[in-house]
Amino acid sequence: MKIALLGATQGMGRALARRFAARGDELFLLGRNAADLQACAQDLGARTGKSATGFGYATCDLEVPDDFGTVLDAAVNRMQGLDTVVVTAALFATQDRLESDPAFRRRLLDVDFARTIEFCEAARERLLARGGGTLCVFGSVAGERGRKPVVLYGAAKAGLAAYLEGLDHRFHSRGLHVITVKPGFVRTGMTAGLAEPPFAGDADAVAAQVVRAIDRGTPVVYAPPIWAMVMFVIRLLPRALMRRLGF
Amino acid sequence: MPRTTQDPQLSGWGRLPVPGREICSTDLAAVARTRPLTRGLGRSYGDASLPPSYALEVAGSQLADRVLAFDPATGILRAEAGLTLREILRLYLPRGFWPPASPGTAFVTLGGMVAADVHGKGHIRDGTFGRHVRSLRLLVADGRVIDCDREREPGLFRATLGGMGLTGHILEVEVKLQRIPSPWIVEERRRYDDLDSLLAALRSAANDWPYTVAWIDSLATGRSLGRGIVMLGRWAEPDEAPAARPRERRRWRVPIDLPAWCLSPFTMGLFNSWLFATAPRTPRRRVLSPESFFYPLDTLEDWNRMYGARGFTQYQCVVPEADRPGATRRFLEQLVALGGASFFSVLKEFGDEGEGLLSFPRPGVTIAIDLPIRPGTTDLVARLNHVVAAEGGRIYLAKDALSSAADFAGLEPRLPAFLAERARWDPEGRLGSALAERLFSPAAGVLAAT
Repeated sequence: MKIALLGATQGMGRALARRFAARGDELFLLGRNAADLQACAQDLGARTGKSATGFGYATCDLEVPDDFGTVLDAAVNRMQGLDTVVVTAALFATQDRLESDPAFRRRLLDVDFARTIEFCEAARERLLARGGGTLCVFGSVAGERGRKPVVLYGAAKAGLAAYLEGLDHRFHSRGLHVITVKPGFVRTGMTAGLAEPPFAGDADAVAAQVVRAIDRGTPVVYAPPIWAMVMFVIRLLPRALMRRLGF
Repeated sequence: MPRTTQDPQLSGWGRLPVPGREICSTDLAAVARTRPLTRGLGRSYGDASLPPSYALEVAGSQLADRVLAFDPATGILRAEAGLTLREILRLYLPRGFWPPASPGTAFVTLGGMVAADVHGKGHIRDGTFGRHVRSLRLLVADGRVIDCDREREPGLFRATLGGMGLTGHILEVEVKLQRIPSPWIVEERRRYDDLDSLLAALRSAANDWPYTVAWIDSLATGRSLGRGIVMLGRWAEPDEAPAARPRERRRWRVPIDLPAWCLSPFTMGLFNSWLFATAPRTPRRRVLSPESFFYPLDTLEDWNRMYGARGFTQYQCVVPEADRPGATRRFLEQLVALGGASFFSVLKEFGDEGEGLLSFPRPGVTIAIDLPIRPGTTDLVARLNHVVAAEGGRIYLAKDALSSAADFAGLEPRLPAFLAERARWDPEGRLGSALAERLFSPAAGVLAAT
């Protein structure tokens, strides 16, 4: 596969890049920090025995929308093709912080919803122009239902999930496979320092699950899988109960 | 900002918790800068990876796990401190490389292996992990990032090998991996009916077998004292090895804390007798995966839960058997007399002492026993410490949880030299751990600083 991966230097993106590289996929790494990207390309090279120059990269920041088309074109040029685009990049903060910090709140809602969709649109155009492909984007179980600890973050992810579902319906017949990953709690830098709930997952295990979903074209992936059950139950809970519960 | 929780707790592998929290980041230096200690996977049994009482947070290295360089021509690997041994095996075993010293579990980080200067079944031939470390990058207490090795800042380098993370935060490690002929192990095992024959077997095997270890029945007394099973290993040559690569083993979880009676003296006796009775009387050879040979317990993911909610500790010491013949026997006799019977006891011979100022291994016989926490366990550890001190032996800090500062000072004539080097790099005492607080008594610190 020829994969462009946004968010490749951190957390889930890093774990996915290692999985893809280990099985010989071609990768183009996208992230905010050039030094981190270079270190990650080096990491992948040292892990696989390919040279570090075997992995192309370019800086791409979801807060700078003009670049999206340019960096994706760079990925196409570099790999002589593109069949999969993966987006793991996003901002995250606790509900407390988002309530008390309006500037960051605006940034997060913008990045996790509008800018991510802008990037997906640029990716969609290029994949469709090449006859189709896979667009795999990380949402969150936080978007499954309005809940106390994730009111704002969850709202952005819920909007993103609605967009991705619509995209799937609209373009599936033209060969675009849209995969929405809904991770529960995964131990990464994003969740570092948070109290760990039951069913926390490891990035590498979740990455394995996501790679399988991309191979099979599974449209919605809960990871770890137990979260499908958990969210099923939570969606059924009555509003009166949700008002009382802490989650 | 991280959400705070109710009374966050942190514990080592022995599950004796203290108030504490681990803050992880892919940028280890950033989170380590304001914290007294970096923790890897928390596999040290006692309090080596726990914050001192005056701090709540330690930095966690697990997410800082990038490989920085690997040269297949020389086997030299440079990586961030959080890279795990398990990952190293996954990446480089198929390419014909093996870490030259490997502890009994693969769930450890590079930084942790340096900090504890770990040893493995191959200590006689290969020494400790530190022998194969070529250089280290440390974040020291004053905020500087220092590269050290045997030429640059050799004092800091030597103090860091086995220094339990107390000389600086280990950020990067460069180590030379060994080339192996195949990814399979030839193992030979045989039981011996008493300590003398077991020790003799270990000694004579060391010439032909790089990996040697014995399990001993710590409940056997009298003439059977020290009976056990000797396990020998070497890498299979290509013509002996299966063509396929070893598969990753299925891992099982211990879903609950087992109740305390599960590991009562009675069940331990049954288990130990059964292990001994089913072991072969004549050498039996088989080919198995390095995972099964080196890390038999890794297949049970959280086996520490078997010791129940009260937790456990491991007592590991080394006694200089060559200088003081019979030291091993005397230790085991005392152990039995004190009722320190253990579910699982391991014995092996060590080779030469390493470079680390506080590194554990030295020539002699090492014995490791699991001790469930019961009333009186602290006292038992103190008594064992006195036995070991009388023999001129020492204890392993990666296992220790219950020794006192006074006993440790008696066991470690090398401590002042270590503390002096530590004071040179951290005069204000910014770095620390629960272990340092427990074992390095203030008096010893002051003495070293002057």
